[in-house]
Amino acid sequence: MNQTTAQDIINEMENTSTGILDLRVVDRRTFLKLTGITGTGLVLGYTIRDAVSPVYAATQDQFTANEFVRIATDGKIYLYSKNPEIGQGIKTAAPMVIAEELDADWADVIVEQAPVNEDLYGRQSAGGSRSITTSWDQIRKAGAAARAMLVSTAAKQWGVPASECRTEASSVFHDASNRRAGYASLAMRAAEEPLPDLDSLPLKKRSEYKLLGKRITGVDNRKVVTGQPLFGVDAVVSGMRYASYLKCPAAGGSVRSANLDEIKALPGVEDAFVIEGNNEPTELMPGVAIIANSTWAAISAKTKLKVDWDETHATHASWSEAQKNAKEAAKNSQGELLHDIGNVDEKFAEAEKSYEAYYEYPFLSHAPLEPQNTTAWVHDGKAEIWSPTQRPEQGAESVAEILGLERKDVEVHQLRVGGGFGRRLMNDYMCEAAAISAQAGVPVKLQWTREDDMAHDFYRVGGFHALKGAIDKEGKLSAWQDHFITFMGPNKKPVSGGDMRASEFPVDFFPNTRVTQTMLPLRVPTGPWRSPRSCGIAFAVQSFISELALEAGRDHVEFLLEMLGEPRWLEEGNIDAMNTGRAARVIKLAAEKAGWGKPMEKGRGLGMAFHFSHAGHFAEVADISVYENKKLTIHKITVAGDVGPIINLSGAENQCQGAVIDALSTTLGLQLSIENGRIQETNFHQYPILRMDKAPDVAVHFIESDARPTGLGEPALPPAAPAICNAIYAASGIRVRELPLSRHGFSV
Amino acid sequence: MPDIQLEVNGRNYEIKDIAPDTPLLWVIRDHMGLVGTKFGCGGGYCGACTVHLDGNPVRSCSVPATSAVGKKVTTIEGIAVDENVLHPLQEAWIEHDVPQCGYCQAGQIMSAAALLSKNTNPTDSDIDAAMSGNLCRCATYIRIRRAIRTAAAKISGNTMGTGGSV
Repeated sequence: MNQTTAQDIINEMENTSTGILDLRVVDRRTFLKLTGITGTGLVLGYTIRDAVSPVYAATQDQFTANEFVRIATDGKIYLYSKNPEIGQGIKTAAPMVIAEELDADWADVIVEQAPVNEDLYGRQSAGGSRSITTSWDQIRKAGAAARAMLVSTAAKQWGVPASECRTEASSVFHDASNRRAGYASLAMRAAEEPLPDLDSLPLKKRSEYKLLGKRITGVDNRKVVTGQPLFGVDAVVSGMRYASYLKCPAAGGSVRSANLDEIKALPGVEDAFVIEGNNEPTELMPGVAIIANSTWAAISAKTKLKVDWDETHATHASWSEAQKNAKEAAKNSQGELLHDIGNVDEKFAEAEKSYEAYYEYPFLSHAPLEPQNTTAWVHDGKAEIWSPTQRPEQGAESVAEILGLERKDVEVHQLRVGGGFGRRLMNDYMCEAAAISAQAGVPVKLQWTREDDMAHDFYRVGGFHALKGAIDKEGKLSAWQDHFITFMGPNKKPVSGGDMRASEFPVDFFPNTRVTQTMLPLRVPTGPWRSPRSCGIAFAVQSFISELALEAGRDHVEFLLEMLGEPRWLEEGNIDAMNTGRAARVIKLAAEKAGWGKPMEKGRGLGMAFHFSHAGHFAEVADISVYENKKLTIHKITVAGDVGPIINLSGAENQCQGAVIDALSTTLGLQLSIENGRIQETNFHQYPILRMDKAPDVAVHFIESDARPTGLGEPALPPAAPAICNAIYAASGIRVRELPLSRHGFSV
Repeated sequence: MPDIQLEVNGRNYEIKDIAPDTPLLWVIRDHMGLVGTKFGCGGGYCGACTVHLDGNPVRSCSVPATSAVGKKVTTIEGIAVDENVLHPLQEAWIEHDVPQCGYCQAGQIMSAAALLSKNTNPTDSDIDAAMSGNLCRCATYIRIRRAIRTAAAKISGNTMGTGGSV
């Protein structure tokens, strides 16, 4: 089974450099033709060249048109949002950035989802918390350029220097002559203006922001609350049929035979056939497709399918077996050396105390609430796709590949995504819909069930850490050792989401650090899950730091700050690297806001954890009571984060609260059992995502700096699990080293 | 296969030739084209498909369409007064910027609407009891609770203590 693709996705998400913007005026008529956008008014067209990212290296010399701003003569300002909206709020946040530089009145703004065209827009995916940070310069300049053209137009009309004009609320002002012109009235003439030099365009300072940092309600909220068509699953195409698809419950199995004739005779069923696929889990695995006249006919017929699976090449993985093997590996081997910094052996030899512990976390499912679906219409050598996807461009490329089409003959419409969490970085369901439509010769909407989704995810990989710390005579941590036990993918590399990088706390800054790795076999598709790697590693590492602090008789916060050392960027000039000063500030803020050190009643405790991931510095404090029978009350979780300037305060708080409760949900009761290659959990009754009655108060505090803003979809999640477990220890003296908590009898 | 008549949002629909076990959810989505009601789990666990049957919240994925015959069905598309005047819960959801992905929110609002139609001054535990059948994978629970309190206060004419906006 090939998992390189899934790992490549994480690399792509996280390593995509910020595109260098090379903006040029394109001929207006060509531009309109390229974008397919019609309407009157100012259209800003320019080209983008991404000369840095290896992902787009092939196109670095191609210059194509792009469009973010359209100002209509009726006063409406259309702003285009290029990345998929998966619940992270980008469709509101990115246009806010454009509107800020444009000085548009937010009430005039209508946000449209941009067409999928990475030659035009650059990166158009949603992953790695990268959307804001990678498009920050691009979209600010898009807004500023439009503003400059409008100012220039007004200045010419009034016969005054542009430098004497100012802009506010979709208008240009010349205060000296008391004149004002609305953008709408300037739009047509502004379209004749040359595009200003983008390198010398003045961009606002943070102190000049009027819109950024405010609370702005989501641009699609009205449609969401009134039930308007919006999501992938809402797509309707004329003549559309409904499809279901059954794959082998153990990944890698293929179809030997199936009762197709019986299925075809069922009411509402129009066709049923086998798809052989290309055996790529991220594209098209073998299975049986059913075409019917309604979703219900398609999915209920699927329950009557009897397939004889050929499991010769299928996985026979067992999680309980893996757990045993990992324990053995921790006991009997040192693992292969991954990172070795300083002099670990010497420090352990000199240590006053050394201390060790073994940590474990399970496999998880993404379980986005909108089950996978795609509507596809493949005909006459072309494919048109409507899909909820985090990577529309990659999906289009995969569809082209499996259907033997040119990329230009595949059009993907990106629809709102009913939850991503990393699952929809893989476009397997999109490929399936395209293949089914191609074979059936009709437009189809493929609808997965919840059971399909639980059985065919790219799971968050479980992992194991045999940790060891040395404490010197002064009670300081003097050496750190982690034997990381993970699973092997193809090319003898760790599976997607199961690798340990130097950027993972505390590898890249702690003076005497050794990380070794053992890879066990376990053939189950894995992939990025909200905060890939860090979502599991933080639990082990940040819980263990608390254990070490206690072992050394020290305060956890003091111990943690001491570990960080002097305030510094770990990689100078790299905004995506950790800064120990920013780390220390969020730790201190979380401690202060949560009342760290205050006396607590018996059975109640505070637990702290910090983690750096996805360019975000986050510290969290959980306040928990532990009662008899391990019943928990989560009083509050306090979050302190630094991701630079906040774009939309409402969305930012929502992301942090959601990430923390997601982590709580996972920590308390989520795990997958895998036996004979099959995931045992089938639906939410066996995968108990936290409900409202158990959701605690989550207080969010931001430290806003002038650094480039970075994303918020992920980094608030990793510290929550260790903060919760550290609080449980503080309250009860019970140390949890294996998740979920329900395995050890805890409940809320 | 039978033909059935259903009253949804005050409008009568005739559905022809329907499999008797078809859940109400799929009739609403596929046959009537009302896509605000969402499919999440098919087992009544997540609440994304919540609609009202004679004013009571039900999971439409687990109720056969035939059992709704002769009853009034209300979906998320039917709770606003008109295009310009939304239900107080819809207003509160926008005011508090509740949604993240938004997929569960129609179901959340329908559960909350059923609660407020019977109890305009719910306690936290009333709210928890009414809402615990609805999952939000993005975990917007804190804001859902806040929005329900705001809407309840508006409905009961008491705007005190609803706490902040978004």
